[in-house]
Amino acid sequence: MAKYKILVVDDEPDLEPLILQRMRRAIRTGLYAFVFARNGVEALERLSEQEDIDMVLSDINMPRMDGLTLLEQIPKVDPNIRSVIISAYGDMKNIRTAMNRGAFDFVTKPLDFKDLRHTIDRTLQHLIEWRAALASRDQLVALQNELDVASKIQQSILPTQFPKAAEFEVYANMEPARNVGGDFYDIFMLEDSHVGLAIADVSDKGVPASLFMMSSRTLLKGTAIGVPAPGNVLKDVNDLLYEENDTSMFVTVIYAVYSPSTGTFMYANGGHNPPLIIHRDGSSTLLPPIGGIALGIAPGMMFPQDTVTLESGDTLMLYTDGVTEAMDADREEFGMERMQQVFADQPPANSKEATEMIFEAVHAFAGDTPQSDDITCLTISRTGTG
Amino acid sequence: MAISTEREGWVLVIKAEGRIDGSNAAQFLESVEGVIDQNDNAVILDFTQLNYISSAGLRIILLIAKDLRQRNVKFAVCSLSSSVHEIFMISGFDQIIDLYDDSASAVSAVQG
Repeated sequence: MAKYKILVVDDEPDLEPLILQRMRRAIRTGLYAFVFARNGVEALERLSEQEDIDMVLSDINMPRMDGLTLLEQIPKVDPNIRSVIISAYGDMKNIRTAMNRGAFDFVTKPLDFKDLRHTIDRTLQHLIEWRAALASRDQLVALQNELDVASKIQQSILPTQFPKAAEFEVYANMEPARNVGGDFYDIFMLEDSHVGLAIADVSDKGVPASLFMMSSRTLLKGTAIGVPAPGNVLKDVNDLLYEENDTSMFVTVIYAVYSPSTGTFMYANGGHNPPLIIHRDGSSTLLPPIGGIALGIAPGMMFPQDTVTLESGDTLMLYTDGVTEAMDADREEFGMERMQQVFADQPPANSKEATEMIFEAVHAFAGDTPQSDDITCLTISRTGTG
Repeated sequence: MAISTEREGWVLVIKAEGRIDGSNAAQFLESVEGVIDQNDNAVILDFTQLNYISSAGLRIILLIAKDLRQRNVKFAVCSLSSSVHEIFMISGFDQIIDLYDDSASAVSAVQG
């Protein structure tokens, strides 16, 4: 089997032996194989019989069907076949027509075989590149589908039903950036009506990051159910993540246990942005750093714990840097100050409103600037009777 | 993002400029790997001109630190702007990467 098959179409019978003679070396080495037809109709018959024809070399003036008509028909058989036209020297009108009908190149009569060889090589080279481009396009489409699936999985594992009681309200939302990101949040009930709350951000994007995120989430929830102290939960999860992490990915996490009856929020911070407490009057307090490193980086790390108590009407907000680092057209960041100003201007009535206000404010700030990171907010409010 | 290098004795100082985020983190890693010589004994990243680093950028710092540690090459980061320093603090990276106020103190520290 020759590497490339070329269909030569000419009504002059002399061309066939001439080509076979001049190209004998390329034929013998198996680089080229030639098939011949005497007019456009025969050419189309060859093309439908032999699906492995890569290029067509065709004369223009032929009985039954001429070369220019053939040019129009070839793409209907296979749009990836390349055609080269043989024209009379200086026949610019036909050459123009042929090029307009999709010919890749042309050669002129009398045939210069060195030039013909060069033209065939160039056409086939183009065809190789074209096929490679088509293959990578197909791969890209497949990859995009894969990313869509990963993105859907990421979305689908986040809880959308939130526990509710007389003493508290909790709400969360995540808006993924265009590529699959690595933010997640989690809210689950623990013993004694305590609520487990987590927010996290994986250091990278794409399918590997989303896999890392899913394993982080599973480990966190699994550990939290058996271990009451948030600092110990992060310590255990860190060691587990570090063990199986050869990609140097890491995840920043805040994990907290909230007690609705007392309003205490006991938390540990694995390298994540500090929580913000929004008071009833719209003023807000950013909690001080308490130490703790992002998870998955180094084994045996300790995670200090702190406890804050929410007053009735307070809302505590956990967020990812997709909020504070959202950018506007001038590449300015949304920042902490703007975030606090949102609540100073209008104290939120409940946790849902607080989260929605931040999303609205970030959207208004960013305008048309594309979102580069996932945006995630989780809020818990201590309500009147708590 | 752009980098430039100079040598202080046998210490390689790599100056990074602009931003390191998801869009150029891989390129940053490649550039840094490209300038570190097999014979370098100490490498300092000078962030005087760095405005921003995202978590994807921190991951690259981690990769560089791990790689150099394995090869017994000393590594430090210096001259962080207040916003970049804050990112190192929040993420806890200040616990695993040696940070210095300026390149002179970083150079003397890795030489010591």
